[in-house]
This record gives sequence, structure tokens and C-alpha cells, in this order.
Amino acid sequence: MEHKKILVLGATSSIAIETDKLFANAGADFYLAARNKDQLETIAQDLRTRGSSVYTHCIDLKDPSIHSALINSAHQKLGRIDIIFLAYGILPEQKECETDQQALLDAMNVNFLSPASILLESVPILESQKSGTIVAISSVAGDRGRKSNFIYGSAKAGLTTFLAGLRNKLSPSGVHVVTVLPGFVDTKMTEHLPKNKLFAKPAEIGNGIVNAVNKKKDVVYLPWFWIFIMMIIRNIPEKIFKKMNL
Amino acid sequence: MNFSSWGRYPKAIGKEISYKWRHDLFPKADGRSILPVGCGRSYGDSCLNNNANILHISPLNRLINFDDETGILKCEGGVTLDEILKFAVPRGWFLPVTPGTKFVTVGGAIANDVHGKNHHHCGTFGNFVESFELLRSDQSRTICSKNSSAELFSATIGGLGLTGVIVWAEIKLKKIKSSKINTSSIKFNSIDDFLEISKAESRKYEYTVSWLDCLSSNTQGRGIFMGGNHSEDGLLKPHKNGILSVPLDFPEFALGNLSMKAFNLAYFHKQRSSEVSSVSHYDPFFYPLDFVLNWNKIYGKRGFFQFQCVISESAIKELLDIIIKSGSGSFLAVLKEFGNIESPGLLSFPCPGITLALDFANRGERTLALLKKLDEFIYKSGGKIYPAKDATMSSVSFKKYYSNWHELEKLRDPVINSSFWQRVTKE
Repeated sequence: MEHKKILVLGATSSIAIETDKLFANAGADFYLAARNKDQLETIAQDLRTRGSSVYTHCIDLKDPSIHSALINSAHQKLGRIDIIFLAYGILPEQKECETDQQALLDAMNVNFLSPASILLESVPILESQKSGTIVAISSVAGDRGRKSNFIYGSAKAGLTTFLAGLRNKLSPSGVHVVTVLPGFVDTKMTEHLPKNKLFAKPAEIGNGIVNAVNKKKDVVYLPWFWIFIMMIIRNIPEKIFKKMNL
Repeated sequence: MNFSSWGRYPKAIGKEISYKWRHDLFPKADGRSILPVGCGRSYGDSCLNNNANILHISPLNRLINFDDETGILKCEGGVTLDEILKFAVPRGWFLPVTPGTKFVTVGGAIANDVHGKNHHHCGTFGNFVESFELLRSDQSRTICSKNSSAELFSATIGGLGLTGVIVWAEIKLKKIKSSKINTSSIKFNSIDDFLEISKAESRKYEYTVSWLDCLSSNTQGRGIFMGGNHSEDGLLKPHKNGILSVPLDFPEFALGNLSMKAFNLAYFHKQRSSEVSSVSHYDPFFYPLDFVLNWNKIYGKRGFFQFQCVISESAIKELLDIIIKSGSGSFLAVLKEFGNIESPGLLSFPCPGITLALDFANRGERTLALLKKLDEFIYKSGGKIYPAKDATMSSVSFKKYYSNWHELEKLRDPVINSSFWQRVTKE
């Protein structure tokens, strides 16, 4: 069986790690990009043990000047790109971003500007292939701005809208875009937060992502019940919402 | 935070530290001891460290290498047997030894030197450990095997996590042709019957186990002997995880005597003829309880005790007598004849004899008194109790059951300790 060729941006993300194992079990080869060399190599070795060919690229995706070369290198090494899996992001300290301009710019950059830049770099290759899937992890936080989290939330809102536009643009070429909207997940990103019953495990999200890619879903809330939670959150009248403490 | 083991007794509090990447340093001690813990599926307090620290090693869950000629799998210590099966079965390989649940880590399997239905055939898990890397609090990393750092190798197998963190291990898997097991079930009506069947039939089967009804008024001990062998039919299908989960603690009356007696009666009579053959997938044969996640909640908030011992044939009837007369056992007891293949582990539990394992719902003082009585009986009869299941054996008993315990104590990492070890080694 032909292996799927997958470019993973942010391969050391807790969700990406679990999702990639599932892709590997179904037969896939990878080009993994992440900042941490040791962690990248550890993950690559796991995927190789599962039968995948794995290329690694240790790099900081925050820097837009490297995006074009990265996409081309992945395309060249893999031969073609079947899936671009965008899994990198940071959960900044909201209070810190309100007063520290650099923290604010970093949050906007890593969570929105950088993803927009790198995904646009991939468009020519995918359009010429007339095939492929972009699957990107946004967040339910982007569904509505709320005081506890709107720096992260607005960056993700930007990403969600960007992905919708990209989906529209790429549809004629047969290239598919999946927007993944996880709720609370127990990952590296949330390790400093107290956990409750709403927190899902990365493997659960991974399963949902593989399923969404296979079934060519457009927008998927994970776990499924967040679609209802966010429907309610989105429909609270602003007059009331602005006084709430969510 | 609160910690509990599978039996949910005793309770423990402490701090949790996570060990995430195999090149990370051993965490700094804060004055209190640390205990590496995987899935926490031990029943008693061997995976607890009250008022101190637990080092959660489950994040160490990556595969490192698999040699499909020799069947040697190298993986991190937090990889579960469940994950190994999902990886290995489609490739035609199986666990060489497996305990009654697949939700344990490789580290935990080594630390308890787990045994399974094939003990009479090939011994414990420790026999299939080629090597492992041990990380200690002084940041030393030692690769241990039979031929290298042999003392540490032996002390770590069955060493309850006390010698260090098992960062990675090499396990020799077993080649299989099929994911199915050919099984035979034979009813027996007394312990003498069981012993006769076990002696006559065990050599025909790679896997054997018996279920014993400890609650029936038939105090002879009735039950079902099961034997199994890997099928040859060529289909290699891995298991799928159960989605049934007990969502809350059952109230205590749910496991009242009558309901348990009724269950046992139905289970025993489910098999109509005295001998039945069938084919089953490996999952329900090896892991009947894994199908319901969190089944321990059936015992309610107070939790339960699991008692497992190994004892001579001559003493088993008297032991069963004590248990049956108490009327306290729950559901089915597991009975098996151990083989005589030696383990490389220092503190290994299995030895030639009959092993019996069963649960006791925690009914307070009454249950503790019964467990004390059982401990005293085992002590007198020259048997042993399994640390992975124990929450109550006395330190006097422990020191007799494991007379070389001070050799493990010598090699114990100075920063590592557990509630169990402190309990059983106190003066």
C-alpha cells in the first residue's frame, strides 16, 4: 500500500505526537519540523519503529523567512505532499500579553501570522498536485473573545477564518482543508493549568483528527460535545456576555 | 494531591512529578522520597508513596526499535502492554508473558516481575527482559543485563521500582501465527479434582488458569479449569479497547453476598457439559476484566483487597477452608499451578506450588482480621504473598517470604521509597 506523505509542522506538539502514531499505523512517511532536536529525534525513532520513513528538520517556525525553503525541502524529500498537518502554537499568559508588547506580538505571530505564511507557501505545490489535505489545529477559543483568553482567542479566530478562506480558494483544485477545533486538552500547552473532567487526552484528539482527514470533514470540534458548548457560548447576547466572567 | 492504587486502599497524598523525555534528568529531591509509578495498577501500596512524591513515568511511551528477526522490541519504560500488543500482533508477534491486565507499563511489568497463565511453561516476565537502562537519583545511567551490572539487573526485576527509573527496556517477544486462542474448559468439583486435572492436562497447554467458586456451600471447591494454545489459523487481528466504563462508585450493597453468590452460580453453570472446547480471540482469553475500564469502582468508595499467595498442594485445602468459611470472598478466585522455571529477579513472587488470587471487599475491621489470619496461615505453611497485590502483610511475614530483601535494600536508590517498602521493612 502506498504510504501517505505527511509534513508535520510542530511535530513535538502533544496532539501531533499521538496523531502521527495513528498515521504511521495506517502507513505513512513523515517530514517533521520542530524546535527541539532531542525530542524530534525521539519521536522520529518511534515512528520509524512503526515502519515509517521519517525526515526531521529542526527549526523555529516563527521565522517567516524560512517558510519557503522548508516547504520545498519537504516536497523534495517526500516526493509529494499528501497532508500538511499544522500543529504548532503557544498558549500565552493573557495578563502578560496585555502589558508586554513582545509577548503579545509573539503570541499573534506563532498562532496566526506564521501559520498563514507557511500555509500560503504550500499552495502552489498543492494546487499543481491537484490533491492533498491541509489539517490545522485552531481552537474553540477563537469562537468568541472572552476576557480571560482573548489574545490567544483572537489569533485563533484569525486562523480559523484564514483556513475557511483557504478552503474556499483551494476547493476547485481538489485540495481539502480541515479546521480542527479542540476544547480543553491535557497537553504540554496546558500543563500549568488545573485539570478537570472537560480535559481530553491527546490520543482522543488524534483519533478525531485522523477520522476527520479520512472523511474529508471541513470543520471538526473535538471532542464532539464542544460543538454544542460553543453554540451556546456564541449565541449569548453581547449585552450579557460582556458582563460575564468566563 | 490524592493518589490511589487499583484496590483504592490505602489512600495516599503527595506530589506528582512527570518524567517526560528519556534524556531528562532524574528530578531533584525536595527532602522527601520519590517513587516511579506507571499505570498504578498494583492493588495495594506498592505504587503509593504517602506524604512524598510520585514520579509519573507514563509519558515515556515511545518505541525505539524492533528487530523482526529476533523479536526483540526496545521501548521506553512507560509503554503499556496494550500498546505493545497493538504494535506487535499485526506483525505476527505477542507478549512472551502477560498478567491479567494489559494496562500496565513495561516498567511496571519488570518491577513486579509479572507472571501469567503460561508460568508453568516459561516462567515470569523477567525471563524475557534482555536489558534495560536504569536511571538513578545520582544521574547515573546503567545498562543492565544478565551479563552487565547483573546485580542491579536482578534487583530491579521484581524490585518494585526501588532501584531507579527504567528508562527503556528490551523485551523478547514471541512469534505467533494467529490472534486466536484454542481453548478447552473442564469443570471440576473439588480441589483434589482440580489438582488431578492440572497435573494431567497442563502439559498440553501453553496457557492454563482455573476459576474457583469461593462462595458456594460446596466447600470442596468447584470451578473450571481452562487451557489454551495459540491457534495456527493465520489471522492476525489486534484487539480494540473496550468502551464500557464504570462511571461512578457502586454503592456497597451492589456487591452483597447474595448477588455475588448468584453471579458465581451462573458463571459455573454457564458451561453445561463437563468439558468444552472453543476458539476465542486473545483479548477475552487473557484480559476478561479489561473490557470494563475502571471495574474497580464496582467495589465502591471503600475499595477492596486483592489477596494472592503461592502455597504448597498440601496446604491449599486448609487455606480454602478458611476463606470459604469466612464467606467474605467475592466472585471467582483464580487458581493455578506454578511451574519451576526460575526468575532472574531477586524478589520474584512465583515459586513451585499453587497460586490463589481473589478479592475481598473492604468491610473494615472484619476484612483486616481475615487478611491477618490468612497472612499468619501462609507464614506457617511456608508460602508467600505477592507484593503487587498486597496492602496488609506484616513486616515479619514479608521478611520470611522474601528473606533476601536486604539485598534489594542495599541496592535501593537512596531517594526512592514506597509506602509498601516502608511498611514491610520497618523494625
